Amino acid sequence: MCGIAGLIHRGKSSNVGSELQGMLQALKHRGEDSTGYALYGDTDGKNFIMRFKVGENVGEGSSSVMEDVSVYDERKKIVDQTLAEMGAKVVKEERTLPYSLRYEIDYDTKDLLDFSQRIESIPGVEILSMGKSLEVIKDLGNAKMVCDRYSLDKVVGTHAIGHARMATESGVDIKSAHPFWGYPFSDVSVVHNGQLTNYWNNRRVLENKGMRFMSECDSELIAVYLAEKMRDGATLEEGMKESLTGLDGVFTYFVATKDSLGMAKDTMAAKPLVLYESDDLVAMGSEEIAIRSVLPQEIDTYDPFDGEVKVWQI
Amino acid sequence: MANLKTVSKKSKAQSMGMHTEVLTGRTQQKFFNPDEAENFYYFGTYDVDFNKRTELDVKDMTAPEANKEIDNLMSQGYGTIVIKNPQGKHSLGVGILNKLNLIFEGSLGYFGMGSCDGPIVRINGRVGWSCAENLMAGKVVIEKNAGSCFGAAIRGGDLICKGSVGARTGIDMKGGTIIIGGDAGAFTGFMMQRGRIIILGNVGINLGDSMYDGTIFVGGEIGSYGSDAVDAELTKSDQDWLKRKLKVAEIGENFDVSKMKKIVAGKKLWNYDNLEPTEKKGAI
Repeated sequence: MCGIAGLIHRGKSSNVGSELQGMLQALKHRGEDSTGYALYGDTDGKNFIMRFKVGENVGEGSSSVMEDVSVYDERKKIVDQTLAEMGAKVVKEERTLPYSLRYEIDYDTKDLLDFSQRIESIPGVEILSMGKSLEVIKDLGNAKMVCDRYSLDKVVGTHAIGHARMATESGVDIKSAHPFWGYPFSDVSVVHNGQLTNYWNNRRVLENKGMRFMSECDSELIAVYLAEKMRDGATLEEGMKESLTGLDGVFTYFVATKDSLGMAKDTMAAKPLVLYESDDLVAMGSEEIAIRSVLPQEIDTYDPFDGEVKVWQI
Repeated sequence: MANLKTVSKKSKAQSMGMHTEVLTGRTQQKFFNPDEAENFYYFGTYDVDFNKRTELDVKDMTAPEANKEIDNLMSQGYGTIVIKNPQGKHSLGVGILNKLNLIFEGSLGYFGMGSCDGPIVRINGRVGWSCAENLMAGKVVIEKNAGSCFGAAIRGGDLICKGSVGARTGIDMKGGTIIIGGDAGAFTGFMMQRGRIIILGNVGINLGDSMYDGTIFVGGEIGSYGSDAVDAELTKSDQDWLKRKLKVAEIGENFDVSKMKKIVAGKKLWNYDNLEPTEKKGAI
């Protein structure tokens, strides 16, 4: 089933970590195999923030295996060496869990493709997100468990999207959890509720064009599909509109960039979405109760129609 | 209980051409004898007084707790119940098989007012997916917008949304009337079998797809027609009926019904009669 939620404050910052936690926790009955956050925090915009993992948290049906912490340590050392070789200086380092790390990196480049390929060429290492505002945090368990584990309730920012997952198309692990980073684009993330039926056809085409997939999760296709469109010069909104015909199946998805938040709904309108929109806040989720966690008062909400695409700026 | 296998004479319904199939096996139908009325009990019904009014705050209740409390209040004779702080909770007000004046001060989540038979309900907010699914009788009015599958499989009653509704409104409906003040999404009237849908605004793609019977009236633009849906002539009697329905629904008071489009099923199905259940009873 899965549940998705997102919000964007226009013209101000707010405690988006805590707000998104409340929204996703309200949707936990839609799936609590894993929960993921894509938070766009207030930063000075100078350094890249890289969230990455050097191992897996393995749940039911996962194709990964649990490994010893010493393996994680070894991979981290190789990551550090590779960054040094590329001239990337680690300004700040946090290791929340043995397999999960957050680096602030002083690195002057616009070519994140080469950067990412070198880091991910290290076996067992996956970049969860890369950007100057975006941080993707995802792990097994419901929204509160993940929020507590990574201390997300204090994160202040402008917008955020998140996902409560009931695993159906692939196993329970971090690599299959949402949100997906729009690799290799800085600050692009995607969450999806639904099922894509032309995943393998699209994946073959996109891999032949040089795009990278890290999981077998059909939802990852949306991030890669949009990234490829933007690589070829399309705007985010143009890419989203093309996805309504390029992607087959039932879906409602959110995509976020450094300064915008968008939603798209398939032409069958088979997956739910409730939306609240005002001058200073847009909040949306798979169910009304997600929105009620941040706006308990009586408000006007609506369901977007079939084939609808909307994008909001901060 | 009649064993149809042994019935050699044609039933009245068969002689009228209402159905021609040869039935075998034992019927599940139970026949009601008025002389034995005292032996019958209709589960979940109470004598209520509409002038006896109370309020119920469901803010800190789960849906089952709230529904149980509504039932408890009806058993005490309350005929008018105002629900405070529904806050988008799912499955509120389900399974009410009673005359009742029920008012929600706020919005409902999914499956609100499902499987009801008889209550008059006003929701001063929006509703999520599948509102009033399987409604048998009564009236449900939503002041704002509604989600998808609005009025799925209803058999009777009036279901009114003053705002816009999502996709698949009236899917599989078998009777009753659905009235939409705003726009409706894709696949409206999908597989509808009887009943009427009135949409004052625009409607999305595949309107009336695979409909067996029933009628859809549209005041605005139609995205596209679904398979089996065709235009029909809007008669004087249709217009009179529309005016009356809109007036009772307190919606579209000055709407020009003469410009509405009427959509019906273009395909005649084998072995299917188009009488409403109540009309069928009258014929038999």
